[in-house]
Formats: sequence, C-alpha cells, structure tokens
Amino acid sequence: MPNIYLAIALSPLVGAIVAGLFGKSIGRTGAHWVTTVSVAISFVLSVVVFKHVFADGGYYNASVYTWLVSDGIKFEIGFLIDQLTATMMIVVTFVSLMVHIYTIGYMHDDSGYQRFFSYISLFTFSMLMLVMSNNFMQLFFGWEAVGLVSYLLIGFWFKKETAIYANMKAFLVNRVGDFGFLLGIAAVLMYFGSLDYVTVFAAAPDMVGKTMQIIPGSDWSIMTVMCILLFIGAMGKSAQVPLHVWLPDSMEGPTPISALIHAATMVTAGIFMVARMSPLFEFSETALSFVLVIGAITAFFMGLLGLVQNDIKRVVAYSTLSQLGYMTVALGASAYAAGIFHLGTHAFFKALLFLGAGSVIIAMHHDQDIRNMGGLRKYMPITWITFLIGSLALIGAPGFSGFFSKDSIIEAVHASNLPGSDFAYLCVLGGVFITALYSFRMYFLVFHGKERMDEHTRAHLHESPAVVTVPLIMLAIPSVIIGYILVDDMAFGSYFGKSIFVLPQHDVLGQLSKDFHGPMGMITHALTQAPLWLAFGGVATAWFLYMKRPDIPEKIKNSATMGYKVLTEHYYFDKAYSYVFAGGSLGIGRFFWTVGDEKLIDGLMVNGTAKSIGWFSSIIRNFQTGYLYHYAFVMIIGLSVMLGWIVFN
Amino acid sequence: MSADFPILSLAIWLPIVGGILVLTASDDKHAPMARVLSLIVSIATFIVTIPLYTQFDTSTYQMQFTESHSWISTFKIYYSLGVDGISMPLIILTSFTTVFIVIAGWEVIQNKTAQYMASFLIMEGLMIGVFSALDSMLFYVLWEAMLIPMFLIIGIWGGANRVYATIKFFLYTFLGSVFMLIALIYMFNQSGSFSILDFHDLKMSLNVQILIFLAFLIAFAVKVPMWPVHTWLPDAHVEAPTGGSVILAAIMLKMGTYGFVRFSLPITPDASQTLDWLMITLSLIAIVYIAFVALVQKDMKKLIAYSSISHMGFVTLGFFIGFTILRNTGSPDGIAMGIEGALVQMISHGFISGAMFLCVGVLYDRMHSRLIADYGGVVNTMPVFSAFLVLFAMANAGLPGTSGFVGEFMVILSAFKANFWIAFLAATTLIFGAAYTLWMIKRVVFGEVANENVAKLTDINRREFFVLGSLAAAVLLVGIWPAPLLEVMHSSVDHLVQQINATKL
Repeated sequence: MPNIYLAIALSPLVGAIVAGLFGKSIGRTGAHWVTTVSVAISFVLSVVVFKHVFADGGYYNASVYTWLVSDGIKFEIGFLIDQLTATMMIVVTFVSLMVHIYTIGYMHDDSGYQRFFSYISLFTFSMLMLVMSNNFMQLFFGWEAVGLVSYLLIGFWFKKETAIYANMKAFLVNRVGDFGFLLGIAAVLMYFGSLDYVTVFAAAPDMVGKTMQIIPGSDWSIMTVMCILLFIGAMGKSAQVPLHVWLPDSMEGPTPISALIHAATMVTAGIFMVARMSPLFEFSETALSFVLVIGAITAFFMGLLGLVQNDIKRVVAYSTLSQLGYMTVALGASAYAAGIFHLGTHAFFKALLFLGAGSVIIAMHHDQDIRNMGGLRKYMPITWITFLIGSLALIGAPGFSGFFSKDSIIEAVHASNLPGSDFAYLCVLGGVFITALYSFRMYFLVFHGKERMDEHTRAHLHESPAVVTVPLIMLAIPSVIIGYILVDDMAFGSYFGKSIFVLPQHDVLGQLSKDFHGPMGMITHALTQAPLWLAFGGVATAWFLYMKRPDIPEKIKNSATMGYKVLTEHYYFDKAYSYVFAGGSLGIGRFFWTVGDEKLIDGLMVNGTAKSIGWFSSIIRNFQTGYLYHYAFVMIIGLSVMLGWIVFN
Repeated sequence: MSADFPILSLAIWLPIVGGILVLTASDDKHAPMARVLSLIVSIATFIVTIPLYTQFDTSTYQMQFTESHSWISTFKIYYSLGVDGISMPLIILTSFTTVFIVIAGWEVIQNKTAQYMASFLIMEGLMIGVFSALDSMLFYVLWEAMLIPMFLIIGIWGGANRVYATIKFFLYTFLGSVFMLIALIYMFNQSGSFSILDFHDLKMSLNVQILIFLAFLIAFAVKVPMWPVHTWLPDAHVEAPTGGSVILAAIMLKMGTYGFVRFSLPITPDASQTLDWLMITLSLIAIVYIAFVALVQKDMKKLIAYSSISHMGFVTLGFFIGFTILRNTGSPDGIAMGIEGALVQMISHGFISGAMFLCVGVLYDRMHSRLIADYGGVVNTMPVFSAFLVLFAMANAGLPGTSGFVGEFMVILSAFKANFWIAFLAATTLIFGAAYTLWMIKRVVFGEVANENVAKLTDINRREFFVLGSLAAAVLLVGIWPAPLLEVMHSSVDHLVQQINATKL
C-alpha cells in the first residue's frame, strides 16, 4: 500500500508541475487533461484505500523520509492512514475532481487557464499532504501550503485591486492563526519530546494535571494551553470569530475556488485538525469549552450577516462561516464524529451551492447581485433543481444529508454538560432559523419572482454547458443521500474506530446512540422537535418577506437603521482591524524608523559623533594654519617662555 | 585528490590570483575577456570547494582539511586553515554565490568591468579565508582586508549617495573590529598563541571574559548587524550595485554571526551565559522592531535590508537561547536545535536575501528605480520573473517547503523551551515577515500596469533565468530536504554545546 499512498499525494503534484511549467507547450487542453487525470487517479486510488481501510481494517503509519534530525529529534514526512484520513481523502479528491471538470467550462475564456489548473492541482496535493500526515510538522507544512495556494487563487485575477487586497488579507489573517498553531506545536515538542501523532497521543493522559507558568506565579494546565494554541490555528484556517474576516473577501477569487478551497476542503482543515487531535483536546475541558463557545458565536452571528448580503457568493460565504461554526460546536461538545460528518455532507452541498452560484453567474454575465436576478428557474432548470437540493440540504430538510449531520450536532450540544453548552445550544437552534431564512431569501430572489435583469442579459440567459452541469448533478446526488446512508455508522456508530478518541464522560454521541433507531426513526423523531420547525419557519418567513410582501424588508431596513448598519458593516470587524492593526503597525513602523533609526541612532549617535569630531577638529585646525610666520611666532613665544623660566629659576 | 591536498588554500588563492589576472584586462575594450575569465575562475573555485562537502567526515568535530605553516614566527602567527561542520557550509555558500554574482553582472556592468569582477573574486578568496582561518591574526587580517574590495565596490559602482554610504560602512565596521584586535592581543599575552583553538581552552576569570565578550560583541554586532548598530546596512545596500548587495547580504552579514560561534561562545562561555539576556533582548528587538521598520520602507532595497536584519535576529537568538533553556529546564536538550537552526538560517538567508536583491537588480536594470511607488502590475509584463519573485518572497516570509522555514522553525521550537514569551515574540515574524514582504509584492507585482515604464518591461532573459532558477532550486532543496545540511553540523554543534556548558572559571 505505501506506494499507493505516495501516488495519491504525488499525482496531483506532478499534474500541477506539468501544467504550471509547461503550460505553454501543452496548451489549454493539455493542461486540463493532465491535471484532471492526475486528480482522477488520486480519487480512484483513494477509493481503493477507503475500501482497504473500512472493509479490510487497513491501517498504516510510517514515514516516507526523514526531513531532518536535530538534537536527537527526528522530523519526518510520513503518512497515517486510518478511518479519519481515508474519509477526508475521499472528500478532498472527489470535490477536487468535480471542480477540475467544472473549471473546464467556467474558466473557458480565461487567459490564465493553465495557471489555474496548475494551482488547483497543487492545492489538492497540499491538502492531501495535510490530511495524510502522521505528524505535526507535516501537518503545518500542508497547512501553510494550502494557505499559499489559497493566496495565489484569491488573487488569481491579479489586476483586480479588491482581489489582491483580499489575498493578502487572507494570508495575513491566516498567519495570525498559524502563529498560535506554531507555538502549539512548539509546546507539543517541548512536553512530549516528539511530533509524531501516535507517540504524542499515547503520552497525552500522563500530561493531565501538569502545569506550566506563562506568567510567573500562575499555573496553567499544559493541556489547556497547548490545545488552545493549536485551536488558534484552526480558528484562522476554519475562519472562526474573530479570525473570520478573510473568508468573505476570499470570494474575489474565481468561483471554482470558492467551492473547492473556501467551502469544501481547505476551510475544514481546522475541523479535521481538532478531530485528529481529539486525544489531546479530550483532556482539557477548558479548551473544549473555548472551542464550543467560539463555534457557537460563529454559527449564529455569521449566519445573521448572510441576511443582508446581496452578492450571491457572499451569501453562500457567510453560510459557510456559519456552518463551520456548527462543525466547531460539535468538536467542542466532544461530538467529533458529528463534526466530521457535517464536514463531509457540507463539502458536497456547499460545493454544489457554490458551483450552482457560479453557473448562475455565468448566465448573468458575471453579475453577482441577487437583486438583479429572479425567475431564473425557467432558463436554467438543472442549475435550479440542483441549487434547490443544495439549499434544502443546507437548511436540514428531513432526509437530506445536512439534516442528519446538523441534527446530530444539535442533539449532541443539547446533551453536553460542558460550561457554555447552554449558550451554544441556543446559538445553534437560532442558527437553524437564520440559515433557512437567508438560504431561501437567496433562492427565491434568484430563481423565482420577477425577472429583474436587463433586457440584454435576459435575452442571453441559458443553461450552462455539460462540464458545468454534470458536476452539479454529481454533487447533488451525495447531497441528498449521503446522510441517510452514513448517519447510523458515522455519527452514532463505530465508523471512526480508534482514529477519534472520546473520554467516556464526554461521549454525548454514545449516549444519543442509545435512543437512535435508524435514519427513518431520526426523521420521525425530528417532526416533534424544534429544529425542524425552526427551519420550516425560516423558509416560510423568507417566502413571505421576499415573494409575498417584498415591501416589508425595505421597511425593516429603514426603521432599524442602526441594526442594519451593524450587519452590513460586518459588526465593524474589518474597520476595527484595518484601523487598529494595519494602521497601528504602520504608525509604529513609521515612529521606529523616523525617530528611532533616523533621529536617534543615525542623527544623534552616528552622524552626531561624526559632527562632534568635525567640530573638535575645526578648532584644532586653527593651530595648523600652514603659515610659516604663525609657526615662527609660536616658536619665538615658546622659546622666550622657556628661556625666561630657566633664567628666573 | 589526496587527503593532504591543500583544498582550502586553493579555494582562497585561486580567486585572488584569478582576480589579479582579470585585472590585466582592465581596459573596457577587453571586457568580454574579463567576464569569461571571471566566470571560469568563479566556477573553478566552486568546483574546488565541492570536495569539502563530499569528503567531509561528519563523525568528528575536529577541524578537517587542515593546513598550517609558520607565517610571522616572532609572534607565533601561523597561516593555519581548517573547517568544521559550522564553517564548511558557509564556504560553499560563498563560492556558490560568487558564480551568480559574476553572471548577474554580465551585461549590467559596462564601466570598469574587469575591476568590478576582480573585486568580487578577490573578495571571495578573502571571505573563504575568514571562514577557514584557524589563527586569529590571519582571521583578523582577512576580516579587515575584506573591507577594501567592498569599499571599492560600493564607492565606484554604487548609486548617487555612495560616498556617504561607503564611509559610513567603512567606519562602522572598522571601528568595531579594533576592539576585537585588542581582545586578541590580550589573549595572545595570556596564552602565548594566536591559535583560535588554543583560545577555546584558555581559562579566564569572569570579568576578563566579560570584557573580551563585549569587545567581540562590538566587532560582530556591527557586522551582523544587530540593533542599534545596524543603520549602515540599509544605506550600504541602497547605494551598492546589485552584486555588492548580494555579497553583503548573503555572505558578509554571516561573518558577524560566524564570529559569535567561532569566538564568543567557545572562548567566553561564562560571559556568554552572564550576558545572554543582552543578546536575547537585542535579537528580539531585531526581530520585532526592525520588522515594523521594514513595513514602512518605500525603497525595495531598504525593505529587504531591514528584512535581513530581522532575519539575522533569529541567528543570534538561536545561538544564545541555550543558556536560558539550561537555566529553566535544567537540561541541555534543545540547545543544539537552537544553534543548528541558527546555522541553517544563515545558509538559507544567504540564498533568499541574495535572490531578493538579484530580483530588485533585475527590475532596477530595466527601470532605474528602486522605489515601490514606481512599480505596479509587473506580473503583466514579466510573468516568469514575477513567479520567481513571489517564490522568494514566500521563502522570505518563512513558508514551509522553502529554506526560510527550516531555521526559523527550529529556533522557535528551541526558544519555546527556554521561555514562552521569547518564543511568542520571535514567532511574530510569521505575521510581520509576511506582512512587509507580501505588501511589497502586492504593490510591485500585482495590479494593473501602473505606468508606461512598467508597460515597456521585458521579461527576464536566459542569463537571469539561470541565476534565479538556480537559487530557487537551492531554496526549495533546503526546504524540502534539509537533512543533508544538518548532517554535517551535528558533531561540531554537539561539541560546541559541550564547550559552552563547561565553565572556564
């Protein structure tokens, strides 16, 4: 098997290198063939690995090569293949393959065609290195590599000022997270003496109760500090409040990227990371509470922002933020399996929604404003139906994949006893209503009602080509069925085996599984529960407000100006950050440079020394005029003084 | 090649003699000949240094490829050379970089070509000499001699304000080394020898050690440069021609940090331990303060110069963090990682800063401006060049997979063992390093074509592609597989760790 693992990871890299370096010679067709085939190979092999892991109980943990050895500690590049990894590999390679195919249509006329394919294949390689890693160092390697590709892809249209601002912002905000992550890794190395997952996880129970002093005099639990530092990394990559600000702006990149990187795979890296590190997080309830509360805030408050967006991609982006919040809440409640389950279902339906949005955008000639759309269902039936499926999955309509994963999370939070779980429960419940409201606001505004686009655009409206619609259909299928198939095993069963570790006292999913009687039972049970009715309420409200009485939202907007402003300004996060951090850093920089370097060091010390020497010498110089009679005069005076001294002594 | 073949002498004298030969073509009519001859000499020197790596014995910390001849017998000064795992990679870095400096100056230098090339070749020999000298007087002579070609390079081929920059550079560094000379003479009086290895075994009281440490500190800190004696570097870089900037950033700065590992740490371990707080503070100031200063630079070369100072802060931090580790954890685990990280950072910074300055040189040759504001949208007209620049920028920001990550990662891991807050401040480079580098990239590379001059730019030619491509390969190789580089260091670093842990009182 080791060669297969290597092939899975390296195949997209080869594709990326060929398309990137030889793009000109192989041409556009060559580029999309070589990359798509390379990712297809990864997908097929991932399926083989998936089968090997689940049917034959395969497990693999070994290094490929030694990156370096220092101080007796080996830093290695290697693979750990278990249930969690195999699942992630399927999600990553499948969505990536769909996006590759879709891109052939979406980027058809773009001059950077080859470059684009090279980037997305490079992304697939990086993401695979991240999920297949067997140690923290390689995890960080993949972590930063996906960040790099995200940077390159958000700024893909490098002439667009907003895009090149957004990509820098994304990279820097992620770096803030990585800053915490790196310190977390350093803590792991310091206390466990290894960066290898298995070694570290095995030693984790012994670390409980041990403390460190960050501020002299106060003891901090090592596990808590370590886990929170690591989680800060996850907050950056998975866009949790307050490090979420980069994700909405990342929509400046081409739509396939929004689907692949900023919805389905890269942003879920943080979720994956925490689940992978469940053997650490389980030993710190403080860290789990922290995770829970951060996730809850993100789930509810980012959803609210989705209500006031008019850019179709931004609505979906805020919905992504909110859903990532749900996954994080699940992690905090120790329902890691439910978190990963939602990660999987979300990857399919959110990629579907983004690609659907992309299909709409192509039809609308790159107008992304939902206020200019309406009635599109007549013109693009496949996009319409698949988008509806995606929306239903997103709001958790019974039977759709999102229903099972989201309901498991809500139930798990309800069952959790950690500090903050009551707050989190309220947030996730409220979030259900909000999700339904913004999703169907968008759905109704885009596909139903009056056709608000201009004549020219309307005349050219038509369904997208097959390379676009086939991926939509391919993604719609799992969006409907995958939850039904997997819920039993994945959320409540032993799907993840030993790859996820939960302490008995935290095992909320284990408790819930006693009352679980198959997916059908879950649906009938849901009929009597709040979430389902909240979701229906959201849809009904959206229908009423945007189909029946469109004047009401206007009125709300005009009467609640304060609240509306807060939402359209994204709670002032961006403004505050750019003022305090960006502005502040520049201010400090200017001060250090002009006052510290130029005035004090150069002005006072360096040139000051030079000047005082100059001043001193200018006085001394007066003694050396070069005139003979001056010297003769001094000599005569000197002689007379000496003679006088001798004579009178 | 037999074991006693004087490889080091050859590596020193081949470029020096070659440089003098090149001077015979000093008329600009013979410039093509001077170029070819220089290229041959630099490549030959590079080839001569390769056996230092391939025949290197990684199992010992003892000096290898040693040579020793009496030079000034009255003062027992020897011409003695040798390398260990610390100096050997630096020598190869020097001979590697010089090849690219010759190629990079191929068409650009039309005025006094032979003298330009000769200066670099002579300097190459002197620098290899500094890294391989085992006699402190030989070291000192070469150390000072090195200033002359550099002085000429900036003074003759430099920019408008070159006179101010050269004098500042010369006085700064010259003043610093005088103190080192005093310390060396003192130790000669104590030990009766100028041998650096004898100094390593010389017992001295703490007060004496502190004075010697401070004397060394002044000499080396100027060279690194460390805050607050760093202000000559931005000026020197801005005025120097591209080749001068490259050699300055890639090699000359390493002289200072090399001094710390070869002299300060092993000769005055107790003083190093007593004053480690000073070194750590200065290193952190370099990392944090200078990063802020880099952020607001308007001149690309100044920005990279400040970024160099910030990155060199990691080197000094890595060297001196070990004492705190020992004090706080009671175990020497982690000391070696800090030192090795610092050594890797020296090599890596040589590649990256060299490449960054070459990139600015490529732009300067076409636009005759270094100001960020004069650029914008360069990727539209120079896509290949931009790909390289973005790669080097990412390496400068310490992206894993590039060499820039390795050293910083190891030093941060090591610093965390010493103290959470030291690691915390050092790790801020992850944010600030990315901020100043990528902001520059955004303004220079991306965006719409900013003006007519940018619209007229032509992409890099084959010569430039070769230079940048080779450095890119080096940056990626060290980033993806640093193990071979670390392999040669282990024995020497382990020995150094023993030396600094043994008191000399």
